[in-house]
Amino acid sequence: MHVHDLIGEALAGMLAKPVRSALTTLGTVLGITTLVVTVGVAATAGNQIVGRFDELVATAITVEVPESEHTPLVEWDAVDRVTRLRGVESAAAVAESKDSTNLSVRSNDIVDPTRVTTQSMTVLTATVGLPEAARGRMVQGRFYDTGHIRRGDRVAVIGDRAAQQLGITRLDRSPAIFIGKHAYTVIGIIGDLRRERNLSTAVIVPPTVGRRFGLRDVTRVLVNTSLGAADLIARQAPAALSPGNGDMLQVVAPPSPTRARDKAQDDVNALFLILGLVSLVVGAVGIANVTLVTVMERVPEIGLRRSLGAARRHIAAQFLLESTLIGLTGGVIGAGVGVVTVVAVSAAKQWTPLLDVRLAIAAPIAGAVVGLLAGLYPALRAARMEPVDALR
Amino acid sequence: MAEPSAPVIELTEVCREFPAQPPVRALDRVTLRVDRGDYLAIAGPSGSGKSTLLNVLGLLDRPSSGSYRLDGAETTALRDGARTRLRGNRIGFVFQSFHLLSHRSVVENVMLAEIYRGQRRGGRRERALAALERVGLGHRVGFRPDLLSGGERQRAAIARALMGEPSLLLCDEPTGNLDSRNTEAVLDLFDELRGQGLTIVVITHEQEVGARAERRVRITDGALVEED
Ligand SMILES: Nc1ncnc2c1ncn2[C@@H]1O[C@H](COP(=O)(O)OP(=O)(O)OP(=O)(O)O)[C@@H](O)[C@H]1O
Ligand SMILES: [Mg+2]
Repeated sequence: MHVHDLIGEALAGMLAKPVRSALTTLGTVLGITTLVVTVGVAATAGNQIVGRFDELVATAITVEVPESEHTPLVEWDAVDRVTRLRGVESAAAVAESKDSTNLSVRSNDIVDPTRVTTQSMTVLTATVGLPEAARGRMVQGRFYDTGHIRRGDRVAVIGDRAAQQLGITRLDRSPAIFIGKHAYTVIGIIGDLRRERNLSTAVIVPPTVGRRFGLRDVTRVLVNTSLGAADLIARQAPAALSPGNGDMLQVVAPPSPTRARDKAQDDVNALFLILGLVSLVVGAVGIANVTLVTVMERVPEIGLRRSLGAARRHIAAQFLLESTLIGLTGGVIGAGVGVVTVVAVSAAKQWTPLLDVRLAIAAPIAGAVVGLLAGLYPALRAARMEPVDALR
Repeated sequence: MAEPSAPVIELTEVCREFPAQPPVRALDRVTLRVDRGDYLAIAGPSGSGKSTLLNVLGLLDRPSSGSYRLDGAETTALRDGARTRLRGNRIGFVFQSFHLLSHRSVVENVMLAEIYRGQRRGGRRERALAALERVGLGHRVGFRPDLLSGGERQRAAIARALMGEPSLLLCDEPTGNLDSRNTEAVLDLFDELRGQGLTIVVITHEQEVGARAERRVRITDGALVEED
């Protein structure tokens, strides 16, 4: 029997009762739709969270250094040892104190009595790795380097919001700011911070300068790790920063909220997946039922085909193909409805829909497999029939 | 394997028993020879075994014992697949209830006869149209079967049976559902086909049908007797 003929006969059989065939696909449509929506929305939402937020959180470690009466717990150069740890992408030590949060800062404009140019700003100090460690970039100019620190140069880097407030827009004429009575040359403006956003309104000076404002000791170390290394680094960092006193440091590592949320989401997804699978099973039972009824209704037709020379396998193949086509139709419709739903949900949430092509291909195939499995028993019944009995 | 000189049908001492309480002997040592171009009518009371005989002849059923040679080749020892192929290639069936698929057009119904024969698909429609022309139904090819008259339906079924150029045409009460005018048309067609060399075996309990055949046999309680 030619494949074309087989497909033609199966299609004709399916289309002989179009309404019944359409209703038979419903279960499969429902099941496939549920599965596609569940997988599609989960992938889209998952992508959204990881893409925007989670990666940052999952790789950011902060080590808080408590104040100590005697020798500082963390030396300024200790941060270099952390940077050398495998899995660390950037790190910086920061000193900040209550006393330095409200210093009066003004730019060196000619004092205009009508304008209040003095601002209250936070002054802090940090090692040279701060721009990377704070996940920002130098909007203008540069960050100070070890030379500046060694020489104790009176330079400052200010946050982009601070620059706005102080009216500093260009650095080419080496503007100066006054912190208290002393002038400092602004050599850079830092911005686009994705960590430590409060730096954008702060003034950052080299550690050697910071001493004047009471910023003697490291109070905080910012560490960024590569994805997945956070746990390990969180364990290694204290010892690297403060050999012997590591346990006195407070490590704020990503609290694995990602995993907790993933788990909650996984539970919901699992529920929907089970729902989808149950729908598919119900769909399969529906197809099996209807195909069985169809076989019983078409006993004379089976007899006729046998009399025309159809072998048992031809009869089985036809009914199997009919139920497979019904399942495939359900799968195609379900995949379509599912994809549209995922896109609609994404649009409503202003997400970028993430649709795996493999999902779009796998869904109709899954529908076809459901139909195939559902058709096995009815097709077997049809094939087993003796031609004499079928023609009676 | 078909010997030109061999009879189309050669039944020797064929029995068919159905397992029941007590067992039913539907065919009782039937011996029958039908030559090429014969036109045979089988008559007999209801329940005498006519349909059983036709099923055996059409390879739809196996005899319990005895030998059945079709075109000179023994069939009783053949396996299911080989019998199916033989049935598809050599035998055309005409049933009392036509067995046309109601959701397919007349020509599609006729074309159905070829799809299990492994014939090439090209020209199939033309062959089906030719078969319909042969039974005088060339003007109804696109119709659904339920729009045809009884006689037209039976002629469509005959066209389907003729489609594969069978060497044997088996008909079980082909006019049982027809009025006298339609019966007449079908019988005229049989005469014509017979004139073209086809071997025809017809079951009937109608005098008129039997009278048109050149040879008549009678079955009573499974036993076959030649008439005349
Ligand atoms: N599968 C079967 N099992 C048991 N008995 C059967 C079976 N098929 C047929 N018979 C019996 O065999 C006998 C012959 O049946 P058959 O159908 O050949 O009769 P018939 O001559 O065609 O009758 P009618 O003219 O009414 O069609 C009957 O008595 C019937 O009851
Ligand atoms: Mg009968």
